[in-house]
Amino acid sequence: MALIEASGVHVRFGERVVLEAIDLEVAEGELHGIMGPNGAGKTTFFNVLTGRVKPNRGRICLDGEDLAGLGPHQIANKGVARSFQIMTLFDEFTARENVMTALPAFRARGFDMLRAVAGDRSLAEEADGVLASVGLAEKSGVQAKQLPYGERRALEIAVALAQRPRVLCLDEPTSGLGSDGKQRLLELIAGIRAKLTIVAIEHEMDFLFSLADRISVIHWGQVVARGTPRELQANEWVRRSNLGRFA
Amino acid sequence: MNEARLVTPAMLGLWAFLATVPLWIERVGLYPYLGVEILIWSIYALAFNLVMGTAGLVSFGHGAYFGVGAYAFGLAQFHLSANLWVCLGVALLASGVAGLLVGLFISHRRGIYYAFMTIAFGQIFWTIAIKAYGVTGGEDGLLKIERPAANLGFAAFDLSDNFALYYFVLAVFAVVVVALWRLVHSPYGRVLAAIRQSETRAAHLGYPVWRYKLSVFALSAAVSGLAGGLFAMAQRSAFPDVMSVNQSGLIVMMTLVGGGLVSFWGPVIGVALFLVARDVIGALTFAWMIYFGLLFMAIVLFKPEGIAGLAQAWMKRWR
Repeated sequence: MALIEASGVHVRFGERVVLEAIDLEVAEGELHGIMGPNGAGKTTFFNVLTGRVKPNRGRICLDGEDLAGLGPHQIANKGVARSFQIMTLFDEFTARENVMTALPAFRARGFDMLRAVAGDRSLAEEADGVLASVGLAEKSGVQAKQLPYGERRALEIAVALAQRPRVLCLDEPTSGLGSDGKQRLLELIAGIRAKLTIVAIEHEMDFLFSLADRISVIHWGQVVARGTPRELQANEWVRRSNLGRFA
Repeated sequence: MNEARLVTPAMLGLWAFLATVPLWIERVGLYPYLGVEILIWSIYALAFNLVMGTAGLVSFGHGAYFGVGAYAFGLAQFHLSANLWVCLGVALLASGVAGLLVGLFISHRRGIYYAFMTIAFGQIFWTIAIKAYGVTGGEDGLLKIERPAANLGFAAFDLSDNFALYYFVLAVFAVVVVALWRLVHSPYGRVLAAIRQSETRAAHLGYPVWRYKLSVFALSAAVSGLAGGLFAMAQRSAFPDVMSVNQSGLIVMMTLVGGGLVSFWGPVIGVALFLVARDVIGALTFAWMIYFGLLFMAIVLFKPEGIAGLAQAWMKRWR
């Protein structure tokens, strides 16, 4: 059984249909790429998957459990973490505080008003461990807003990893990165992909084709092609479309 | 590290300083009751800043909860018990429940819509206070509220004079400061600070943002009500004017001018500055609010972090 199973997901905003009918399956441990032109509905699909947008029709299941009606925090608690196309960090917090806030141990104490955060070394050590895994060990005390762009991207992934998710959804992780940054991100994702299921929206085709096990192409609010990178290279629709030159 | 401490050196220094105030306040041309007012409004401003400074939620109707606390104190004294602790407990509870009820309606809103809803509910409470003459005394207010003795079991302290009342309110202020300091630096406070920076990110990390917004609003309202109860006791009456939009705006102004957005102590600084300015500049001209308004505008335009932010910048430069 697929870990994520979307069937007939339909979303409209007023008169405008954004997702016609998305059918998509992601197996456990897979790195599944999602590509498609701007406005195809990729981010909207992520928003449905993570509870930000309620679908008008269709369903998304996580490990067989229907996510319909659940809010972002409930879906996050079921093990779905995400990054955002426009980076969303707690800018006034240090890198360590950003990661610490995402830890399940911290979340479990979220309504604790009696103990000071600063007195808990175990949380800080756990957060530092996550930061080290994305190469930010030296930056734990730096405010998020003072980090360079590439490191902010890495921090966003660290925050998502700190949630100990089953599924990591990355929305255009290479957006705004230079070639060095992309290379570092590629190595980072290659390093973590064995530990969890990843769904990545990406415009950078070289990046996606070198990492993904399977790719779904979304266009006009539906999946128009899917398969392994090799299969997509041979797909007639992809070859004829603008995406074909990347494939 | 100060954040991990229950009582910090800054707290001890402030309390020690405040303990000396009744000894010299008259020598500088002021009066002891001003000290009582500063402490009560500081409790109110610290409670308000839990919502604004910590959680980033702007409430322009917080006077409602201060007022509910004041009326609850008086009504509890008239109809329930004259015991000080019961009256203060009722003030805390009534305003907390009022905050909880309002929070249920507004906590799913953000930004300007949230702020407008707080004004709307504040106006409802203010209107009730004016119209429910049989309960609140209408515009005449609740009069003849007593200052009950503080009975600690082993000893009872008469609070009828302002000197004794000052030290009682200082003790309450100290307890509130310790409690709020701990709360702000607890995991709960850290989540509120996260919500202030990005509700979206906090929700996607698994935090039920709505519940946090609701709970902090109710908590803040409850402590504001405690301050209101002390205020009713101090002025031996409760009036609807403290619930007006105008008065609710003052607490926003005091908190911002003091630097509540960047410092735990900002609201206390703002309250002290406002009330001392009211008396000192007010003795020279009736139009004293013009000068405080100009100061507010200057701070919003040139130093939104307020006086505490200015002090922090100076200290950083000296280091």
